[in-house]
Amino acid sequence: MTIDELKKQQAPQPAQFGVLGWLRWGWRTLTAMKTALVLLFLFALASIPGSLVPQRGVEPDKVAKIYQNNPALAEWYDRLSLFDVFQSPWFAAIYLLLFTSLIGCIIPRTSTFVRELRRRPPAAPKNLGRLPYHSSLDGDLTVEEAAKRLRGLRFRVDTGPGWVSAEKGYLREVGNLLFHVSLLGILVAVGIGSLYGYRGNVLVVEGDGFANTVAAYDRYMPGSQVSAESLEPFSFQLTDFSASYQLQGQKRGQELDYSAYLKVNDSPGAPERAYELKVNEPLEIDGTQTYLIGHGYAPVVKVTDGKGQVAFDGPVPCLIESKPTLTSACVVKAPDAQPSQLGFVLGFLPTSVQTQDGTFVSAFPGAINPELQIVGAFSGDLGVRSGRPQSVYELAPPEIMKKLNPLVMGSKAPKPLAVGQSFDLPDGAGKIEFTAVKEWMTLQIAHDPGRVPALVSSAAAVLGIVLSLMIRRRRLWVRLDGTTVQIGGLTRTEGSGAGFSEEFAGIVKILSSGEKDVR
Amino acid sequence: MSAEQLAGLSDNLVLATVLLYLVAMIGFAMELAFGKARGNVSAAAKRRVPLAAASSGGVAVKEPETAVADTPEPPAWALKAGTAAVALGWLGWAANLAAIVTLGLAVERWPWGNMYEFVLALCCAAVTAFLVTQLRQNIRFLGAFVMVAATLGIGFAVKYLYVQAGPVVPALDSYWIAIHVSAAIIASGLFTLAGVAGILYLVRREGLSRLPTRAELERVAHRAIVLAFPLWTFAVIAGALWADKAWGRYWGWDPKEVWAFITWIAYAAYLHARATAGWRGRSVTIVQLVAFGCLLFNLVGVNIFLGGLHSYSGL
Ligand code: HEM
Repeated sequence: MTIDELKKQQAPQPAQFGVLGWLRWGWRTLTAMKTALVLLFLFALASIPGSLVPQRGVEPDKVAKIYQNNPALAEWYDRLSLFDVFQSPWFAAIYLLLFTSLIGCIIPRTSTFVRELRRRPPAAPKNLGRLPYHSSLDGDLTVEEAAKRLRGLRFRVDTGPGWVSAEKGYLREVGNLLFHVSLLGILVAVGIGSLYGYRGNVLVVEGDGFANTVAAYDRYMPGSQVSAESLEPFSFQLTDFSASYQLQGQKRGQELDYSAYLKVNDSPGAPERAYELKVNEPLEIDGTQTYLIGHGYAPVVKVTDGKGQVAFDGPVPCLIESKPTLTSACVVKAPDAQPSQLGFVLGFLPTSVQTQDGTFVSAFPGAINPELQIVGAFSGDLGVRSGRPQSVYELAPPEIMKKLNPLVMGSKAPKPLAVGQSFDLPDGAGKIEFTAVKEWMTLQIAHDPGRVPALVSSAAAVLGIVLSLMIRRRRLWVRLDGTTVQIGGLTRTEGSGAGFSEEFAGIVKILSSGEKDVR
Repeated sequence: MSAEQLAGLSDNLVLATVLLYLVAMIGFAMELAFGKARGNVSAAAKRRVPLAAASSGGVAVKEPETAVADTPEPPAWALKAGTAAVALGWLGWAANLAAIVTLGLAVERWPWGNMYEFVLALCCAAVTAFLVTQLRQNIRFLGAFVMVAATLGIGFAVKYLYVQAGPVVPALDSYWIAIHVSAAIIASGLFTLAGVAGILYLVRREGLSRLPTRAELERVAHRAIVLAFPLWTFAVIAGALWADKAWGRYWGWDPKEVWAFITWIAYAAYLHARATAGWRGRSVTIVQLVAFGCLLFNLVGVNIFLGGLHSYSGL
């Protein structure tokens, strides 16, 4: 036999127990308090990369930038799920282990605690003078009387020949258990939310409406257990949008307030009601919240083609390029224009002013002097009918752009159009007219059935932790022999000594006072 | 008074605050430097303290006592310097509070909508925690260090974070700011007090020193954290409730949320390490300071480097 074999023969217990033994050992290790703590630490550590690396769900543009600037790094980040830390398998592994560990910790602790509740306070030690808090006084206090007075102080009391034993502060453990159970509750609530909840985004222009169906969303992210039919059938219309901005000072142009005025139908047959949607005041319908997330401008544009027919007429939502001035950019595609398709790249200036070098910029986010810049106008096949999905904020992908015929570009671009003005394209290709200004809002619509359970659980967690931090477990013993009374006390929670010494002094006083003074 | 005048007054009061805190710091330092040196009593020595004789009717309570070394009596003026420092500290505190109030009146909203205002309030909270505690318990030894921290904090805010008084973005125009941010301020103030005590703990060696004893420092830190931790928990939950109203979800792992959570875990680890694992002294102090580091990173690092939804620093 080699030494190795010998060692194996006398291997630690798990090997003797076989599979079951290993399982039991694994479970015991996993549910040890120490493991729970280590996992909790790991959980916190694991969330750090999520705050340092941009996350796909939150900042997709920054993720795209990393892909552009450093593809190799991005590749690695992606392999390690660093762009989706909070959905990654390793993050899930940590919290699943943590919560298994918590369960394993809670169950035995609860049963220990229940047993402890049934048990009587421990008998008095021989020498009470050894205890950290002690005192002795003369008096003929009886066991019954001492027990009665301690019960009056809400102690749990046990008595024996010549001694009284008392204990108090069980709520500490209750608080501790409540806290751990609540943490489990939070996880369950989050789980319910991600399985049975959904969220989506949609952009709505003034005058338009929204009906809560999957097709109406610009982006729709359902939980795996959500069916399309289960969406609450409400709808609303955006009748008006208004925003106000700071007019003077260093913070000129800062948003002060904005509101979306809606006409809401809670369900298809329900009467219409008005609602003013604001930040911090979501619209709630049957547990589904509608949030106002952002807003911008949508100039109304009319395009007439070379044959004199209207090829496009409607509001065009513009993307914000500069937040402080709401300078925005958008594109108009008129694939129906004849004889050839027309496309425009536009700039929207809410408060247009001319600078010294002759260019036009926006000086203020409010629509004081709204003007529409024609940055470029093109004719040719826009590729809209190619079947490939296209962005509404990009005229065409680069390979198609190259083939288009530029009608207006760069120095040939006209002065920006004011509302009501139009511009005739060269060569009789058509005309573009800026007819009005509308505003758009972006909404987030979310249904999360885990919200309320999460709130209740976290409130319970706070209550639990306050109880377990503020309450101390303390024991008290009294020994009486008819002439002297010995009192000893002990607190099982460190760091609370100073408080207990006062309480102890108070108890001694109550035990020493004569019969008459005590109620 | 007009809004501009009030804002100007607030700026002047901030300067007065810094000056008063500085002078108070000097007073506290003189008391420390010329006062009594204190010795650490080792744990073993403490256990050997003989039991107080149980006198009839009296209460003998064994408290870990600070041994005061046999040094010559300190000059009387050292004590007076300390008393004067407390008075100056209160004056500085009043100026700090007044600066916050006038700022709030000038902008007609809760005056903690950006990082400058937040740090101003945070320093006020830390000084309040110190001044109120020293009323009931002798922790004057911490005075010089709390004043240094507050002076540095406000100085940093004035130099690097200053934003002209003005309105906040619509998302902050909500009663939630009073709940969420106030709780964060008070909790951070207490954590700062604990952090100051923790740093001193590490700086101070065993044995005789003019600095407070390690046991005193540890006790102050623990008390402050026990109070601050539930408040911090509340601040984070209030943040989640607000996020549920403002951002459309109650938790989304935004950088500020991540670091608030990490800070929470770190302080929870400190409390657990003491209560369950029975750690004491240097090791828990280090855990405490790591947690304090997370708190500071959330305030400074996340606001300045990481951004995210929670970008209200005004920088
Ligand atoms: C789960 C959600 C949230 C968490 C965990 C959270 C956490 C924190 C923390 C830790 C602070 C302390 C100061 C700091 O470190 O900067 C703070 C401050 C602040 N919070 Fe939140 N917060 C949340 C949601 C919100 C929401 C929804 C708003 C407003 C719409 C908000 C507005 C503020 C403001 C204005 C401050 C003070 C200024 C500053 O330092 O940035 N917070 N928050």
